[in-house]
Amino acid sequence: MSRTLLIRGGRVIDPANGIDGILDVLVAEGAVSRVAAGIEAGTATVLDARGCIVTPGFIDLHTHLREPGFEQKGTIATETLAALRGGFTTVCAMPNTNPAPDSATKVEALIERVARDARVRVFPIGCVTRDRAGRELAELAELAASGCIALSDDGSPVANPRLMRNAMELARALGLPISEHCDEPELSHGGSMNEGRVSERLGLPGQPQAAETAAIARNIALSEATGARLHIAHVTTGRGLELVAEAKRRGLPVTCEVTPSHLFLTEDAVFGANTEPLYDTNAKINPPLRTEADRLALVRGVNEGIVDAIATDHAPHAVEDKLCEFDDAAFGISCIETALATVTTLMARGELNLLPALRALTAGPASVFQLPAGLGTLSQGAGDITVLDPGHRWTVDAARFASKGRNTPLDGIELTGAVRAVILKGELVHEQEPAGV
Amino acid sequence: MLELRNPDAPVSPTEAPAWHRKDLLDTDTLSVAEIELVMETSEGMREVRSRPVAKLATLRGVTVITLFYEQSTRTRASFEVAAKALGADVVNLTASGSSVEKGETLIDTVRTLEAIGADLVVMRHPRSGAPYLAARNTSAGVINGGDGTHAHPTQALLDLFTIRHHAGGLSGKRVVIVGDVLHSRVARSNLWTLLAMGADVTLCGPATLVPKTLDGAASETARCSVTTNLEQALDGADIVMALRMQKERQDKGLIPSLREYISGYQINARRLALARPGALVMHPGPMNEGVEISPEVAHGLGSVIEEQVSNGVAVRMAILYLMATARHS
Repeated sequence: MSRTLLIRGGRVIDPANGIDGILDVLVAEGAVSRVAAGIEAGTATVLDARGCIVTPGFIDLHTHLREPGFEQKGTIATETLAALRGGFTTVCAMPNTNPAPDSATKVEALIERVARDARVRVFPIGCVTRDRAGRELAELAELAASGCIALSDDGSPVANPRLMRNAMELARALGLPISEHCDEPELSHGGSMNEGRVSERLGLPGQPQAAETAAIARNIALSEATGARLHIAHVTTGRGLELVAEAKRRGLPVTCEVTPSHLFLTEDAVFGANTEPLYDTNAKINPPLRTEADRLALVRGVNEGIVDAIATDHAPHAVEDKLCEFDDAAFGISCIETALATVTTLMARGELNLLPALRALTAGPASVFQLPAGLGTLSQGAGDITVLDPGHRWTVDAARFASKGRNTPLDGIELTGAVRAVILKGELVHEQEPAGV
Repeated sequence: MLELRNPDAPVSPTEAPAWHRKDLLDTDTLSVAEIELVMETSEGMREVRSRPVAKLATLRGVTVITLFYEQSTRTRASFEVAAKALGADVVNLTASGSSVEKGETLIDTVRTLEAIGADLVVMRHPRSGAPYLAARNTSAGVINGGDGTHAHPTQALLDLFTIRHHAGGLSGKRVVIVGDVLHSRVARSNLWTLLAMGADVTLCGPATLVPKTLDGAASETARCSVTTNLEQALDGADIVMALRMQKERQDKGLIPSLREYISGYQINARRLALARPGALVMHPGPMNEGVEISPEVAHGLGSVIEEQVSNGVAVRMAILYLMATARHS
C-alpha cells in the first residue's frame, strides 16, 4: 500500500491535457487521482512545490544504457539512476549493445536485466538488421512480439536503400516505427566533426551537412512509398528540419527528435572558449554539433512544434574512450543528468518556450513510439511526475554524475533549472533539495 | 645581432627574452613581437652556423627528445642537428619499435619521457591536435613538428625567415600557396604568420582541396582569399609556395588524376611568368618534381627551396634556445 502524496502549490503543466495553472496534484494508490486547486492534504505527505513546475515524468526516446557488453561505460543500474536524477521516468534503450537485441532471446534477456536493475521504466528498441550490420534483416515480427517499441540500428544507418525499404514494409505491417540515424555514410566518411569553419581551421575531417539531409530525404521517400512510421533520430541541421516539416505538412507518418546537446552547443565547443584550440573530445558527438544557424533552427523547431521530442542520445563513455587524440575518441556525450537544465537554461535565455519544450519531453515522445496510455501525461491513473525548479542555478560537476560517463563538455558550466523531485509509479523515488543555494 | 650566452649567466630584466611559452603548438596565437624574437634569434643562429666550428654549449644539460609517430626525414634530422649544435642531448624515438606499438597511450608516453628527464619534446603525429593533448599532460615543453592536417609551426617560421632574407618586409606582399591546401599543415601555419606580418595570402587549388571557409581570414593588416583560378592568383604575386600533391588524393577521388592536376596547377615557367619578376619560389618538401612543380622552376633562379632546408636548422636552433631558456628562467 503506497503512501498518499500531495504535490502542493506548483505550476502544473500537462501538455497532453492542456493543463497549465497553479494547482495541487494528489497521488494515491500509485497513480494520479486528482489535479485541482486547494486539495485538502488530510493524511497525505505534502511536497511543497511552490515556485516549481509539476509535469509528467520525462520520456527519453534515445538512451544508451551500454549493458550488456559495455559495462565499463555504463550499466542498466547506473544509467537508469542517472535518468531518474535527470527527471526521466521512461527511457527507450538503443540497441548498440553487445550482443545487440536482434532476436527475441536477446530482448528477453535484456528485459530480465531491466526488471532486476532498472530504476526507471525501460522500453527496448530492437535492431533493424542482424547485429546492426546492415546486411540482412533481423526477425522483426519476433522483436515486435517480445516487447520492442521501435526498431533501429542506432549509430549504424541502414545504408542500403533496398534493405531499408523492405524493413519499412515489414515494420509498417507490425505497427512499429523505425528510428533512423539519418546519415549517408559515404559522405560523412571518416568525419569526426561538422564540416566547415571549425574543421577546416583545426585540420579535422568533417561530416558535411548533406550527409544528413540526403539521408533524411531518402528515408522520407521510403516512408512515403511504404506508409511506414519513420522517426528521424537527432536532427541536427536546419535544412534537415525543413525536410521533416515538409513531410509533416504532406501528412506523412514522419516524426523527429533533437538532442539537448544540439540545442545548446555548436561546433565551436570542439575548439573551446580560448584562443588556443582545445580539440575537446567531450564535444565529439555523432551526428556532430553544427553551426549557430542550425542550433537556432532546432530551437525554433521545438517552439513551432515541428520537433516531436527532445531526446538525449545519452552516451556514457569510460575515461579512456575520450582521453585520447580527437580522431580516435569515441562519439557521444553523457547528458541525461544535464538535459533538463540545458533546456531550462535556454528558456531562461528566452530562446525556448516552456510549453512546447515540456511537450517535447512528455506527450510528444509518448506519441512518437505510441507508449502505453498514461505515460507522458498527468491523466488519472498516470503515475510518473517530475517536479522541477526552473530558476535554480547550479554548476555542472561531472564527478558527481550518477552515470558512469563523465564525458560532458558542460563540466564547470553554470546552468539554470534543476529537478526537485521525481515520482515513479506513484512513489516519491527521488528528491533533491536545491543544492548550493 | 643577438649575442648567445650561457643561460646560467645573470639576466638583466631588460635583456630577458620575451618568450614565455612552455610549448610551441602552432603559429596562430603568436604575437608579432614573438615572431620577431624568433626571427632575430634565428639570425644569430644562422651566423653561428656559418662559423668553422658551428657548435655551442648553450643547451648543455638540456635533454631534447624527438617523438615521431610519422615518417620524417628533414624535420627530424633538422631538429636533431639543431639541438646538437646547441650542445643538447638528443634522443630520437619513433612509434614503431617503441612502447607505442604495445598500446601505450600518448599521455602515458609523454609522462614517461618527462620522468626520464625530457626538457623538450619535439613531436610529430598523424592526428590533428595530438600535441595539444600531449602538452596539457606534461610539464616538458612540447614543440609541434607537424600534427595531422593541422599545423607545422617551425616550417612556417623557417619559411618566414627565408622570405625575409630575400624580400625584406612582408607588409603589402602577396603570397600564393598552391595545391592541396585542405590537407596541408604547412599551409595553415604559414597563413597565420604571413597574415600577422602583413602579407596578403591567396590559397589556390582544385575545388576539392581548398578550405573555403578560410576565405576572408584576416589580421589587422592583411587578408586571406581562396580561389581555384591559378592564373588570377599568380598575377603579380611576390612569393609562390607549392605544396606536395599526394597520389593518395587521386585514389580517394578528390582529383580526377595527377595528370589533370599537373595541367591545371603545376608551378611551371609559363605560369611563374605571371608573377612579379623575381618572385620567390618555395616548397616545404619533399617535392614531387614534375607534379606540383616543374624541375626547371624547382631549380630555377627564383627558387629558395634548398635555402628553406638550411634555414630550418637555424630557426629550430632559435626555437629550442628560446624554449629551453624560458624553462630555466
